[in-house]
Amino acid sequence: MNSISAVSTDDALTTPRPLLEVRGISCNYDLERAVFDLSLTVHRGEQVCLLGPSGCGKTTVLRAIAGFHSVLTGGIFINNRQVSAPGAMVPPEARRVGMVFQDHALFPHLSVRQNVASGLRSLSAGEQKTNVDDMLDRMDISRHAEKYPHELSGGQQQRVALARALAPKPLLLLMDEPFSNLDQELREHMGQEVSDMLKENDITCVMVTHDQNDAFALGDHVGVMADGAIVQWDTPYNLYHQPRTHFVADFIGNGIFLPGTVSGSARVATALGELESDEALDRPVESPIEVLLRPDDVVHDPEGPIRATVRRRAFKGAEIMYTLRTTQGITLLALFPSHANYEIGDEVSVRLAVDHLVVFDRDSED
Amino acid sequence: MASVISSTQGSNPHELLRQSRRTLNWWSGGAIILAALAVMPVAAVLIFAFGDSGDIWEHLVKTSLFGYVTTTLWLMLGVGVSVFVTGVSTAWVVTMCRFPGRKVFEWLLLLPLAMPAYVIAYAYTDFLEFAGPVQGLMRTIFGWQTARDYFFPEIRSLGGAIMMMGLVLYPYVYLLARSSFLEQSVNVLEASRTLGRGPWRTFSSVSLPTARPAIAIGVSLALMETLNDYGTVDFFAVYTMTAGLVDVWLGMGSLAGGAQIATTMLVFVVLLIMLERMSRRHQKLYQQAGSRYKPLPAYRLRGAKAAAAFLVCALPVLAGFLIPVAVLGRLTLIYFDRAWTPEFQLYVFNSVALSAGAAAIALAIALFVAYSRRLHGGKLLAFGTRVATLGYAVPGAVLAVGILVPFAAFDNAVDALLRQTLGISSGLLLSGTVGAVLFAYVVRFLAIAMGQVESSLEKVSPSMDMAARTLGYRAGQTLVRYHLPLIRGGMLTTAMIVFVDCMKELPATLLLRPFNFDTLATHVYEFASDEMLGEASLGSLTIVGVGLIPVVLLSRMISRTRQTLGESVT
Repeated sequence: MNSISAVSTDDALTTPRPLLEVRGISCNYDLERAVFDLSLTVHRGEQVCLLGPSGCGKTTVLRAIAGFHSVLTGGIFINNRQVSAPGAMVPPEARRVGMVFQDHALFPHLSVRQNVASGLRSLSAGEQKTNVDDMLDRMDISRHAEKYPHELSGGQQQRVALARALAPKPLLLLMDEPFSNLDQELREHMGQEVSDMLKENDITCVMVTHDQNDAFALGDHVGVMADGAIVQWDTPYNLYHQPRTHFVADFIGNGIFLPGTVSGSARVATALGELESDEALDRPVESPIEVLLRPDDVVHDPEGPIRATVRRRAFKGAEIMYTLRTTQGITLLALFPSHANYEIGDEVSVRLAVDHLVVFDRDSED
Repeated sequence: MASVISSTQGSNPHELLRQSRRTLNWWSGGAIILAALAVMPVAAVLIFAFGDSGDIWEHLVKTSLFGYVTTTLWLMLGVGVSVFVTGVSTAWVVTMCRFPGRKVFEWLLLLPLAMPAYVIAYAYTDFLEFAGPVQGLMRTIFGWQTARDYFFPEIRSLGGAIMMMGLVLYPYVYLLARSSFLEQSVNVLEASRTLGRGPWRTFSSVSLPTARPAIAIGVSLALMETLNDYGTVDFFAVYTMTAGLVDVWLGMGSLAGGAQIATTMLVFVVLLIMLERMSRRHQKLYQQAGSRYKPLPAYRLRGAKAAAAFLVCALPVLAGFLIPVAVLGRLTLIYFDRAWTPEFQLYVFNSVALSAGAAAIALAIALFVAYSRRLHGGKLLAFGTRVATLGYAVPGAVLAVGILVPFAAFDNAVDALLRQTLGISSGLLLSGTVGAVLFAYVVRFLAIAMGQVESSLEKVSPSMDMAARTLGYRAGQTLVRYHLPLIRGGMLTTAMIVFVDCMKELPATLLLRPFNFDTLATHVYEFASDEMLGEASLGSLTIVGVGLIPVVLLSRMISRTRQTLGESVT
């Protein structure tokens, strides 16, 4: 025991050991490779999110962390303890992870109180009660304590599921699409609330989702996954504004890719005129590229140099999303304030307001 | 890597490996051993059939085998059509329509489940014979004198056997079709109505195709029972393969010849198993749609339509249960003093004890194996269970051959060993004991237990397991604390179905029982064989009566599902 504490103090003095370390794992799903040499690191109190389309392997990664899926290469470490290695794994019940599921997975034959107490059987009855009461109170579900899961609304079930997972004070909370069973309004609300609660209580959490809004609401860092690998690990802000690949740019947010050619160290010539970036592009002149244009990069301006026709409009309340076709034959997405109200077929003038150019090589495979 | 591992809390890869391997072995290893035991009889039949049997194989092919096969095919075709029509029509009427008596019929329709085919055969033989009440009444009405004055169909025929089996086997289809109809998404049905399809079109184009896998399972179960039947075909002198097997074994004294007929029967068995397994896979796809149950839309029937619905439900209950019970009841009253003996009470005890024991063992094994499959999956285990559950489709007579051969070999080997070493004889240890009968019951009804337990477990979301495991429960604890309470209803149903089946089981009991050991079924069979239907009636009625207890429990479960499904209780 002495040696262990010595090791951990040593570590604390140098670099803080991450709470979760996934090192180069590969997993199969139905005999096919689903995860390729994937690594990620989560520090104590951090909330991260794996975001990707269905079938990208994100759930397999989560299951591997929980101990339901074996790894073929690499290893998984929770709190400095190796829990998965090729051909060996610590069973889920011995990993001290909590888990929240899409279908909540509440035990239907147990009351809310009994559900939340499920993971506390090592405690005395009195301690259990204090613990459960505290948890119910924190999740604001005390008044439902004696009810059964089927008597609860979706949002309440969600809270019970969280309370149950957090009651045993797990080292790590894992959430598998926790909000996708909720309706849109509740979903945003719960996302915010859960995020606040996790922050306040300093809970380390890994969530997987296919919904970028969920990911942005909760993740300090978000890993965008495609085909069993993380293609970009970044903050939500950077993922949106500085996507590193075409796939990430396409998957996150709206926008179009405008073809162009590098015309200077930070300049691009396009059919809609020359664009200037605040940063050098690191590409030789004449390189064929494409520029990411987000809808908010296209600004409504009656004096603007670009003439376009409204092809489609989608009213979003405060804003309207327009699909425009310029005289040059280029399709643009534009987000205008609601008072700039045009009908389909109307002529509009716009200009491009891009400070930082996000460019990708054209004809690159992704 | 190595330095990292050594600095962590004693979790070196070898320790990890030991931990995970141990759990893996405990569950799947046990399951594979159990599966292997269940496969043994089938394997023994195959090995034995291709062994030396003199010329009997050739003789069989030349003479009677073709006849056995054709008769069996006709019987299965007839029973298949009969249970399909009766089972599906009653299930649909009872779930989708509202008419007077519907709620009572929901469970009345299960009653024939308590009635073995051979018992109903005895009852109708008495009912329809020349001196029986039906022909007597006809003679009185029409003034006929002798049998030559009129035509009356012979019940002791292939057609009669089809009718008898159809009447008592349709509840398999009814039960499965009914629960499939209940589980269908209301939204889909309503969508169909709004797309302009009437009730009949909705039934034929939506309900029926969706329920097809469930119905196919029900029909295949009924056909397995048909293939298994010995009592009816023996009594009616219909030469199916089972009748042929017993004849060759006991009549011609050739166990090897019997094993060869058994091998032919296994071809049928494999086909039925494939039908059932395939349907189960489809069922899985079809039934994952509905997330929440809503009250089913009901067609309110009045007048002639209500009367028709009433008749559709009343006829099977009347013909499959009430009439035979009345016939047996009358006979029992007349012959009671001769039938009610201390021996009889012993037979009752034997039957109940054997059946309850077999049900408990089969269920425990099924749960263990199904849960280890859920835990570890794995090709070997999947294959093992598939083969092990052949037992249900394997007719009792075939099983008897497959059990007797290895058990006798074991007994002889032990006996020889003991004689050599200690100079004492061990006699019969396995063969000719109650254990052999119990073993046959478990092997034969393991599949039905497996199927039911598996489908109950499948209804429990996998995230439930993951939730329990991450909350600190080991696999076994998860099973006991969280799965068992959730699947309790399904388990009880399963136990009861297995229990009833054991109570009714005749051929394997008949062929494997120890000397002077009788169950109700063998007792009834022996009296009936001697044309002493009156003396057999108390036993027959008792089999039906004991069989009724689980049917009543089953029907109570049905009314409970109705409440949880939120159907209007009006």
